[in-house]
Amino acid sequence: MTDILTPVLTAHWDQPDIFTLDGYRRSGGWKALPKALAMERGDVIAAVKNSGLRGRGGAGFPTGVKWGFLPQGDTKPHYLVVNADESEPGACKDVPLMMANPHLLVEGAAIASYAIGASHAFIYVRGEVAHVIRRLRHAVEEAYEAGLLGRDILGSGFDLDVIVHAGAGAYICGEETALLDSLEGRRGLPRNKPPFPAVAGVYALPTNVNNVESIASVPAILLNGADWFAGIGTEKSKGYGIFSLSGHITTPGQYEAPLGITLRQLLDLAGGMRAGHRLKFWTAGGSSAGILTDEHLDMPMDFESVAAAGSGLGTRSVQIFDETTCVVRVILRWTEFYQHESCGKCTPCREGTYWLVRMLERMEHGQGTDEDLPKLLDICDNIVGRAFCALGDSVGPPITSAVRYFRDEFLQHQKEGGCPFDPAASTAWSQS
Amino acid sequence: MPFTEEVCARLDADAARIIGKYPGARSALLPLLHLVQAEEGYVSNDGIAYCAGKLGLTVTEVTGVVSFYTMYKRRPVGEYHVGVCTNAVCAVLGGEQILAELREHLGVADDEPTPDGKVSLEHIECNAACDYAPVVMVNWEFFDNMTPASTRELADDLRAGNRVAPTRGPARLCNWRETARILAGFNDEQATDGPAAGPASVAGLKIANERGWKAPPAGGYGGSSLPRGDRGDGSPRQKEARA
Repeated sequence: MTDILTPVLTAHWDQPDIFTLDGYRRSGGWKALPKALAMERGDVIAAVKNSGLRGRGGAGFPTGVKWGFLPQGDTKPHYLVVNADESEPGACKDVPLMMANPHLLVEGAAIASYAIGASHAFIYVRGEVAHVIRRLRHAVEEAYEAGLLGRDILGSGFDLDVIVHAGAGAYICGEETALLDSLEGRRGLPRNKPPFPAVAGVYALPTNVNNVESIASVPAILLNGADWFAGIGTEKSKGYGIFSLSGHITTPGQYEAPLGITLRQLLDLAGGMRAGHRLKFWTAGGSSAGILTDEHLDMPMDFESVAAAGSGLGTRSVQIFDETTCVVRVILRWTEFYQHESCGKCTPCREGTYWLVRMLERMEHGQGTDEDLPKLLDICDNIVGRAFCALGDSVGPPITSAVRYFRDEFLQHQKEGGCPFDPAASTAWSQS
Repeated sequence: MPFTEEVCARLDADAARIIGKYPGARSALLPLLHLVQAEEGYVSNDGIAYCAGKLGLTVTEVTGVVSFYTMYKRRPVGEYHVGVCTNAVCAVLGGEQILAELREHLGVADDEPTPDGKVSLEHIECNAACDYAPVVMVNWEFFDNMTPASTRELADDLRAGNRVAPTRGPARLCNWRETARILAGFNDEQATDGPAAGPASVAGLKIANERGWKAPPAGGYGGSSLPRGDRGDGSPRQKEARA
């Protein structure tokens, strides 16, 4: 039986200088890279594959398998791109990881680059986090000075340049092909797939794109072995991950646990709901996966169980709302977000989000009609699966799940001619 | 008016360093736009023309990129640009009230600076700090767990030129143009300022340490083989027996 919390990625965040080379080395850091460099590239890929690590950016695709898609033995340049554009509503794990322990990410990126034969790695970090960018760049500079990046790393003959690249404010750039367009200095529009990035990514060359947490998981896998990682978590959702708890709970924060932990366990650790209140609805994987209720308190938070409940594990972005919260208001805020972030490339997403916001605004203000709910669901149906990329597919689940669990609350707004909730009661400073 | 020769000479050196980092020159466009924003405080037509000239792009191509990204401003904003998160968690926990009261207090619309040029305001989307909600950003530094009163006070301090420090960030808050320069690729000296992590970031770790919970060791069970290192706090890390 594994412990309830298993800090690995977060294990040293309480060490005040963990973000420096010295601090990271003192915590056992930069020991996985030499080990990897002494291995065949294929064996590094096999280790990650055998660990069962699945992408921690939301999609859950096996990381080692993704690495294996890049061509072997060709003469083209290969690239690693770390997706550090964390912007999903509720997601707040990669930003503290990079602020606290940037060397862990840089070491993981070096190992991944070696494995896929890349001599350039980009860390595409959202621009709105200046201090994280400082810390990343500082870590990269220290690593160069120590001979851990640059030419002939540790005498292995392996060369690697790591570039910290700041975005400029666009959620869509978290979509991997939009990110690649953005990295090429263009508007961040998603690309048609195929070709997949492994074949034609940045500069139309073989590219591997991985989330921050996925890459940061690699050093421990190399050091402790694939079996060690695979022995944690569940049969199909192996390993551990950072669960980000926010909202109406006593102690919001980052909780690193084996996949398969339940909300009941997490809530218990986080001191429960804020005093005097009860759970109304929550997300397991950010807004894009839709909402769940107290029916799902004992649902194991692994990829399979959350999907079976009609939601998704996503980025383990656990946003928790109590009974003072108007579900229509929350759904409206998320839908406004998707409208704001829609890149405009495809019609269903661009037009659909616009009209969904208009309708939800009207409904929240109690001016909805009998036709609104069916129409709302119909629009969702016409976006999901018909949009160009995953952003469009993310628009539907919050709305359809909210209507599934709280249909009466939508109707109550209409009946009462306004929102029945007092927003003051939901605030962090509410005394009630 | 295009950039003067003196400005160009200075920017050219920075631009060359930026462009030189990338295997493909056009990848330098986003950092170059941050660079011209650092020069003027916003991305002017001259700034666009400068970037286009450096990369052999048309003004139209560059303008199309600028308009896509919300962090590039086409008009001057305040020396301190305040972003209030109104995505769901922050909004519900009070971000909407913070934004409404601050708008009223400052009397400005989104992206419009106060008459003294000190402060501008923008509603922002999720900034990846939901465990510190409600979150306010100033020049893209974190101000955690804000209230309407603390945000008003923050804005007043910024207008009065008083020193303010982010919750998790540098000791000295950069102004808007200095921040843009960091985004362009040029660090200041403040990377090692501030805590490694805020209290919410280590909430789970704290419990695990108290209870002796850790990842299993490699090749067996009973305690992690991952070195904890010299933590200097002397705390025992023994695994507790649990039911």
